[in-house]
Amino acid sequence: MRHLRAASAVTLAIAIAAAATGCGGGTTDSGSNESPKTLTYWASNQGPSIEADKEILTPELKKFEKETGIKVKLEVVPWADLLNRILAATASGQGPDVLNIGNTWSASLQATGALLPWDDKNFEAIGGRDRFVDSAVASAGKEGEPPAAVPLYSLAYALYYNKKMFAEAGIDGPPATWDDLVATGKKISKGGKWGLGAEGGNLSNNIHQTFVLGQQHGADFFDKDGKATFTSDGAVAAVKQYIDFMAKDKIIAPGNAEYAQNQSLTDFAKGKTAMVLWQAAASTFAAQGMKPEDWGAAPVPVPSGTPGTGKQVNSMVAGINIAVFKNTKNIDGAKKFVKFMTSDEEQKHLNKTYGSIPPVKTAQADEAFGAPDLTVLRDTLATSAAPLPQVPNESQFETAVGTAVKELWADAAAGRPVTEASVKARLEKAQQTMQQ
Amino acid sequence: MTATVTNPEVDKSTDGGTSRGTGGARRRLPRIPDRIRQGGLPYLLLLPAVLLELLIHIIPMVIGIVMSFRQLTQFFINNWGAAPWIGLDNYRIAVDFDAPIGEALLHSFFVTCVFTFFSVGFAWLLGTAAAILLQESFRGRGVLRAIFLVPYALPVYAAVITWAFMFQRDNGLINHVLHDQLGITDEPSFWLIGDNSIYTLIIVSVWKGWPFAFLMLMAGLQNIPRELYEAASIDGAGIWQQIRKITLPSLRPVNQVLVLVLFLWTFNDFNTPYVLFGKSAPESADLISIHIYQSSFVTWNFGTGSAMSVLLLLFLLLVTAVYLILTSRGRKGADV
Repeated sequence: MRHLRAASAVTLAIAIAAAATGCGGGTTDSGSNESPKTLTYWASNQGPSIEADKEILTPELKKFEKETGIKVKLEVVPWADLLNRILAATASGQGPDVLNIGNTWSASLQATGALLPWDDKNFEAIGGRDRFVDSAVASAGKEGEPPAAVPLYSLAYALYYNKKMFAEAGIDGPPATWDDLVATGKKISKGGKWGLGAEGGNLSNNIHQTFVLGQQHGADFFDKDGKATFTSDGAVAAVKQYIDFMAKDKIIAPGNAEYAQNQSLTDFAKGKTAMVLWQAAASTFAAQGMKPEDWGAAPVPVPSGTPGTGKQVNSMVAGINIAVFKNTKNIDGAKKFVKFMTSDEEQKHLNKTYGSIPPVKTAQADEAFGAPDLTVLRDTLATSAAPLPQVPNESQFETAVGTAVKELWADAAAGRPVTEASVKARLEKAQQTMQQ
Repeated sequence: MTATVTNPEVDKSTDGGTSRGTGGARRRLPRIPDRIRQGGLPYLLLLPAVLLELLIHIIPMVIGIVMSFRQLTQFFINNWGAAPWIGLDNYRIAVDFDAPIGEALLHSFFVTCVFTFFSVGFAWLLGTAAAILLQESFRGRGVLRAIFLVPYALPVYAAVITWAFMFQRDNGLINHVLHDQLGITDEPSFWLIGDNSIYTLIIVSVWKGWPFAFLMLMAGLQNIPRELYEAASIDGAGIWQQIRKITLPSLRPVNQVLVLVLFLWTFNDFNTPYVLFGKSAPESADLISIHIYQSSFVTWNFGTGSAMSVLLLLFLLLVTAVYLILTSRGRKGADV
């Protein structure tokens, strides 16, 4: 009898533990309306701090509650935690109803099958797919499949330059081609001042820059079947060109090899570095005491000529998407919320606040987005930006190639030679670690 | 004295003593039937511990082992029970040292061994030296003891991020002292990327680990009778002889546990490299814990990551077993 009791206690314990740890993973049904009056929303940290984001978003969520009677529970998640939080939520099936994702993760998260696919019917519920800029929708999932998310805030890269440093060095305007950029950089790089800034320790930034250069060299990093092609001539040339700004041209300070916390923006604001390639840096410059007339923004350089549709890609499509967890208990409410967040009014307000560009065409036309630097970003997005490879192992790609580039920066900074062969060897190793 | 107060084990036993002493409180409890008290009570009392142990250790470990036999990637994490069973393939990938994944794992294993050897070694040396020096009573001893324990008391993240700031090439304190003030280096060195990263890692790890050694050894020293030293010094033994013949042999039982615990903590250390270098550590400092994290959570190969974790677990179990056997043999020898 005693043994029987002990046995049943252990069985019970296992059952409780199994339930608590969520054995068996999530469910695959596509939502219900069991609790139509509440929603949980994980917002990515967009503003200067999590508190700032809460202050910005809370009044909007109240507005939504007034309109629909649905209460939205907000949680702002820092970038560093977001992907892991999403993975944990996916594995346990215990996630928010609506969430923000980085648009480069779209295809990876789409492959998990945890997100609601935005087919025509779902797009209809939020006003139709045509309301959104094409390149932004293209960066929300794999080509040929319904997107896994809806674009929310769009961003693109621009070349920011310090007008005072340019004037001191006798340079008229921003460079349009890479040769110009190197020549300009060399004029400036002396006496503790440097031409260009980089974030060598930031894997994503490394990927963004080398992807764009890769596009200009005709390389995609993945073939049509989604297989890695990191060692193609174009990819090697792109990575080498980027590292050579430090290794050969010497227009990037060696210290930038370890930057990963946006120190290059601080250097720019302090007048140590004359140019940076960045997405919407205005608010950071302002926070560091720069006045809008101190800096200018221009399109990212191209090999020759001018950027434009079908001519030269000079930015990746950067931005944030909004997605719905498939197993939400309030599917209708979740769609209503996405409709609210992508409405013209909210798009104008939120993108204005965050310094991004609305991916909704009608909102984009608002004059608030006509400031010189935002015009550069807007035109780039409309005509010459390409989404990062929308493949399921995009996350692996960012780590593998981003790390290879990081190691090459370390080589360059330490004065070790960076050759075509050494670049190829690093990329080869990165490619071999890609499983699947 | 400090050691006795801060030792949690001692605290616990004191509590136990007090509750046993207050018989009045116990009498107010409902009477437990004799049958349970005689037979079932021990089990009943063990039950919370068993439950927690299951929840916190056993079940996640079993799940981890099951995962290591499945091809668990982003395609299946939503319903990971459906991930295809691939037997030992994940293990084959992990130990195929000619292919990049296995080669990188082996590299990180060697890096971790070197790192652990030096970290534990220096932490132990520093801890021992400090504990012995602070045995003698002198003015300010209490203050020094408190200061020495600061690294152990600080939250790891805050402490390591401060180190990361100090090791920055252009704005960090370390280069400011080494290069700008003392002129030891020709130009500012990189500490957070490239080959120097392993030194950075060891320095921070020793700083973080030695106060624990200090604390344990200080407690151990309290148990050595003063008469032994007095007798030895009457017999003409110098300070070194006293340390070699009395202190170290008497500390042996403490050291056995201390070195094992330091080894296990250091070998598995995740916080230090993660806060110093982020999710992608430089090659020279690619510790196995970060490497496994990267395989699992950054590149989304949870199956391979789990297999690597199981291999690490087996290795640490093996080392622990060998260590325990060797040291217990040594003890038996000493007893004779």
